[in-house]
Amino acid sequence: MSKRVPIAEGLFTWPAERPALLGSRCNNCGIASFPVAESCMACSGQDVTIEELPSRGTLWTWTIQQFMPKSPYNSGETPETFRPYGVGYLELPGGVRVEGRLTENDPEKLHIGMEMDVVFDTWRTDSNGDEIIGFFFQPSN
Amino acid sequence: MDVAIIGIGIHPFGRTPARSGLQQGAYAARLALQDAGIEWRDIEFAFGGSASAGNADALGNELGLTGIPFINVANGCATGGSSLMTAYNAIRSGAHDIGLVAGFDKHDRGAFNADPKALGLGEWYGEMGLMMTTQFFAMKIQKYMHDHGISKDTLARVAHKAFINGSLNPNAWRRSPVALEEIASSTMVSDPLTKYMFCSPSEGGVALVLCRADKAKSYCARPVYLKSAVLKSRRYGSFEVFAPSQALQQVAGPTVDASRAAFEMAGVGPKDIDVSQLQDTESGAEIMHMAENGFCEHGEQEQLIQSGATQLGGSMPINTDGGCLANGEPIGASGLRQVYENVLQLRGAAGDHQVPGNPRLAYSHVYGAPGISAVTILQR
Ligand SMILES: [Zn+2]
Repeated sequence: MSKRVPIAEGLFTWPAERPALLGSRCNNCGIASFPVAESCMACSGQDVTIEELPSRGTLWTWTIQQFMPKSPYNSGETPETFRPYGVGYLELPGGVRVEGRLTENDPEKLHIGMEMDVVFDTWRTDSNGDEIIGFFFQPSN
Repeated sequence: MDVAIIGIGIHPFGRTPARSGLQQGAYAARLALQDAGIEWRDIEFAFGGSASAGNADALGNELGLTGIPFINVANGCATGGSSLMTAYNAIRSGAHDIGLVAGFDKHDRGAFNADPKALGLGEWYGEMGLMMTTQFFAMKIQKYMHDHGISKDTLARVAHKAFINGSLNPNAWRRSPVALEEIASSTMVSDPLTKYMFCSPSEGGVALVLCRADKAKSYCARPVYLKSAVLKSRRYGSFEVFAPSQALQQVAGPTVDASRAAFEMAGVGPKDIDVSQLQDTESGAEIMHMAENGFCEHGEQEQLIQSGATQLGGSMPINTDGGCLANGEPIGASGLRQVYENVLQLRGAAGDHQVPGNPRLAYSHVYGAPGISAVTILQR
């Protein structure tokens, strides 16, 4: 029986009806971090609360990765099947700017400031046939 | 106690299959010693670094085992700047009178690949293809072009100038100019940056001999003085490479911090600088680093570069030896190459790539992952 497993524990809620990225917020200075950190990079505070980050934000900056990265890149692709992919930082209001892969790789369809949603989808299938789930940013409808 | 550079040596950058990275470092060290008119046994301490070509202190096996303290420095792209700053402080403190700083490297072809664990990041970050310095630089210049009105043509002009300067520098890797149109239309690597706008890992070695300023004239007719050497790391809120998230409120990056501190230490300002070497691992970096180092306001680069100000004969010559774009980046040697070039310029010994006007003050800047900058200011 194949399973759907998150690419890393604690990166986002899983399993969940509506998965969300998880961040930590410093109880001293109020700064949010992604992924969850035990201490605050802004003020060195160690009192943090884990919270779900917003699911919609605006694209802060982006690029297209046109060539296949070397290891540790692990997508199941080969140089022949590799498809260029978008990368960007999504500004999540009240939270933080999170870096992630974009579902869109056409530079003509990407612009700074556009609205995007955080979505969760299969990243690759591992040797057991399990689906490894990652997070992606997708243009909002 | 002030500090002087009395000897410089370089092994040509590029690819030298017949010599190991270490041998290229030794080659540079021998030239630097010869330039200073001293022997290896006269050296009291050495600092050096190499990212992919072994430990720098193995130079002892090549040059002779003299018992000196030799410290290996590893600080990414800022390795050379870090060695130099540490040597500067070792002499300023009075602990030593004369020492050697060396850097060399020999990398495989293709983009550097980084290990997430070494930087305290989750494996998922590398696995999903986010652990790429090329992406960071592309996203930083993409945002910068959007905010400050820099054109794609200006990106291409930075690389165009680099290859012209490289063609005039016998130690450069890329020795042929490349047409502007060819740069702009070459393979896209990471939008908006094309193949010719990125530097590649390469090979090379550089060494410098430093001594107390009051003894410099006994070795060298035209010593160059280190007026400042500063290294800074990122503060919370600066936009840096290898960061799964960025703060909502941005603050100035380590380049701005290092630059300000270096100018203050030297008692001069950006307008006083006659020639600069600014980290140009891709053409966008040179543009952004012009403003981050205080040489212009954000956005002014468009007009400055279009009008030729950053060319050899311009009012603000930058990367006069071809920079990383024409020399490639052997990590351990790259930052010291900038200082080597600045010493040549201040001695008036840069030959075909000499800037006119008898330069007096020279500036060098390196930036490295995950957010460090080193700046030095030299004066003749
Ligand atoms: Zn805090």
